[in-house]
Amino acid sequence: MSRIAARFEALRAENRGALITFLEAWDPDPATSMALLRGMPIAGADLIEIGCPFTDPMADGPTIQLAAKRALAAGGSMMNSLAMVRDFRREDDTTPIILMGYLNPILSYDPQRFCTDAAAAGVDGLIVVDLPPEEAALLAPHAAARGLDIIRLIAPTTDEQRLPLVLAGSSGFVYYVSITGVTGTRTASAAELAAAMPMIRRHTDLPVAIGFGVRSPAQAAAAVRAADGAVVASALIDTLAGSLDDRGRAGPDTVRRVLDQVRALADGVRSARKSL
Amino acid sequence: MSDPAPPGAPRGANSFRSGPDGNGRFGTFGGRFVAETLMPLILEVEQAYSAARADPAFQVELDAYLKNYVGRPSPLWFAERLTRHLGGARVYLKREELNHTGAHKINSCMGQILLARRMGKTRIIAETGAGQHGVATATVCALFGLPCTVYMGATDVERQKPNVFRMKLLGAEVKSVTSGAATLKDAMNEALRDWVANVRDTYYLIGTVAGPHPYPAMVRDFQCIIGEEAKVQLQEAEGRLPDIAVAAIGGGSNAMGLFHPFLDDAAVKLVGVEAAGYGLDSGKHAASLTGGRPGVLHGNRTYLLQDDDGQITEAHSISAGLDYPGIGPEHSWLHDIGRVEYVSATDDEALEAFQLLTRTEGIIPALEPAHALAHVAKIAPALAKDAIILVNLSGRGDKDIFTVAEHLGVKL
Repeated sequence: MSRIAARFEALRAENRGALITFLEAWDPDPATSMALLRGMPIAGADLIEIGCPFTDPMADGPTIQLAAKRALAAGGSMMNSLAMVRDFRREDDTTPIILMGYLNPILSYDPQRFCTDAAAAGVDGLIVVDLPPEEAALLAPHAAARGLDIIRLIAPTTDEQRLPLVLAGSSGFVYYVSITGVTGTRTASAAELAAAMPMIRRHTDLPVAIGFGVRSPAQAAAAVRAADGAVVASALIDTLAGSLDDRGRAGPDTVRRVLDQVRALADGVRSARKSL
Repeated sequence: MSDPAPPGAPRGANSFRSGPDGNGRFGTFGGRFVAETLMPLILEVEQAYSAARADPAFQVELDAYLKNYVGRPSPLWFAERLTRHLGGARVYLKREELNHTGAHKINSCMGQILLARRMGKTRIIAETGAGQHGVATATVCALFGLPCTVYMGATDVERQKPNVFRMKLLGAEVKSVTSGAATLKDAMNEALRDWVANVRDTYYLIGTVAGPHPYPAMVRDFQCIIGEEAKVQLQEAEGRLPDIAVAAIGGGSNAMGLFHPFLDDAAVKLVGVEAAGYGLDSGKHAASLTGGRPGVLHGNRTYLLQDDDGQITEAHSISAGLDYPGIGPEHSWLHDIGRVEYVSATDDEALEAFQLLTRTEGIIPALEPAHALAHVAKIAPALAKDAIILVNLSGRGDKDIFTVAEHLGVKL
């Protein structure tokens, strides 16, 4: 069983949803980024998404755009993102790691070689924002050959007719983009979330995680009441960015502040279904 | 006429004009690389465009606007003094700079705004580099009373002030983009982000033959009127086809509009001129085909300026309209199969050609077509006196006089 499937199965047995936290590889520097990655599972993250920096993150709002810019300035690259995972796996062999990014750095790396190296490093799944099902053949066979899950995004604009096409190549879990918009902007209401889920559930047994606009412990709790997981990204990056000095360097409390927030989010997620 | 089929109509298997395929591919280029949120919209645009093309009333409506509002057909001008100065081939200029708003951009804006209206969209967004596409978009939005937001890199806002003011006069909101390199590619990122957030009511009016399918084919189809008219006009003037057709390339819409109707005329040599900036060896240029390699950006697979990690690198050109690290996917295909030759001209060569045309013909060209003219100045002298070169004079240079003055050391 893959790490992703095993983790969701264990959470189901505990009757709780997953907290999926995000960090941008090498933001603002490799040591801070690595400390965050190592600290997140201990602070309560169930799965971790690592953003692979790209110069032109079309689906991201200002927060993650700036994170990518800092990461690239620090020397972040696809190769360095994979190296982070390899280092992390020396100490943690159970927390699922999902790489999230854009297609061009993968194409540049070579899709087949990338999937081979990512699997060898200990990556479990890939979210490639600008690779819709219509273009998936560029990557999907290589990912499948190496046992990497392809986690697809489903948006409010994805209608019931299109849904089966999107789900057909999905594995691991499904990522529901809860708003029409870029990352870190608007937040979907609990009613909007509740309305979207039944249609997705009708078409898949895969776990569903909700992302885009999930910022607070309360919002994370609402997300796991409606679905199987909550993805928190921009809110954590905002905390990181707020802790940097005026030259963009990490402060003494950068890691602690972000991980404190992860702990609060984890509390929110863990209490969500108890309070029902 | 050797080419009776309308633009985009099905053609024979041996035609260079039959692309893209059902997946929006020209060979291995093109496609639809967008986030899932946008995918249903892209498919909706594709469907609406197919329906519009199949509807004769759409073409009739478009033709009327092109004739009475844009001022088409644009003239074909024999540049006699330029020809004499260069001492070789006869140079003809397709006068797209005489269109309303002063460039070829309005051809596609008119087509797309009529499509947006048919789709029931109530808000228009666009990206712009030099500002010509932004002005043309703001113009058609004023004509139809639609709110318009134009994204423009902060660097371009600074160097194209007259066009920024024009857009504002026309009622458009101009949003200065400071992310990334603050030029055309970043403006396009920001427009895509806006579209993702406003999917229900907004139409994204893309200015060039790039972006996700169907934009490269659709913008091409609307721009093909350039080459179609030129073909007829040259037939009238010279009784034959040109030997060489030349156009400048940023994203490549004016070049595609000129070239496409000639693609199946094997005797016509087609030459696209990319911006070489400070020179191809300087690393400061915008020549995606010459200095880039294939990748995916802005919804399509095409040649891109990028580093070893697949990060997009910054383009440079004196011309804001050519300052883009990619190129339309159909150009990438035509490059790889060898049907079109792609060359480049530097900032300095374009500046020289800018002044040459101004003084020999009394026509101030935009810095974009000045790159095409720079190439003409290189090749015309060595050609026979009865050879014919057709150049797309895609825009007028009023917007560029401040940039040119600065480069010539003149204080205005």
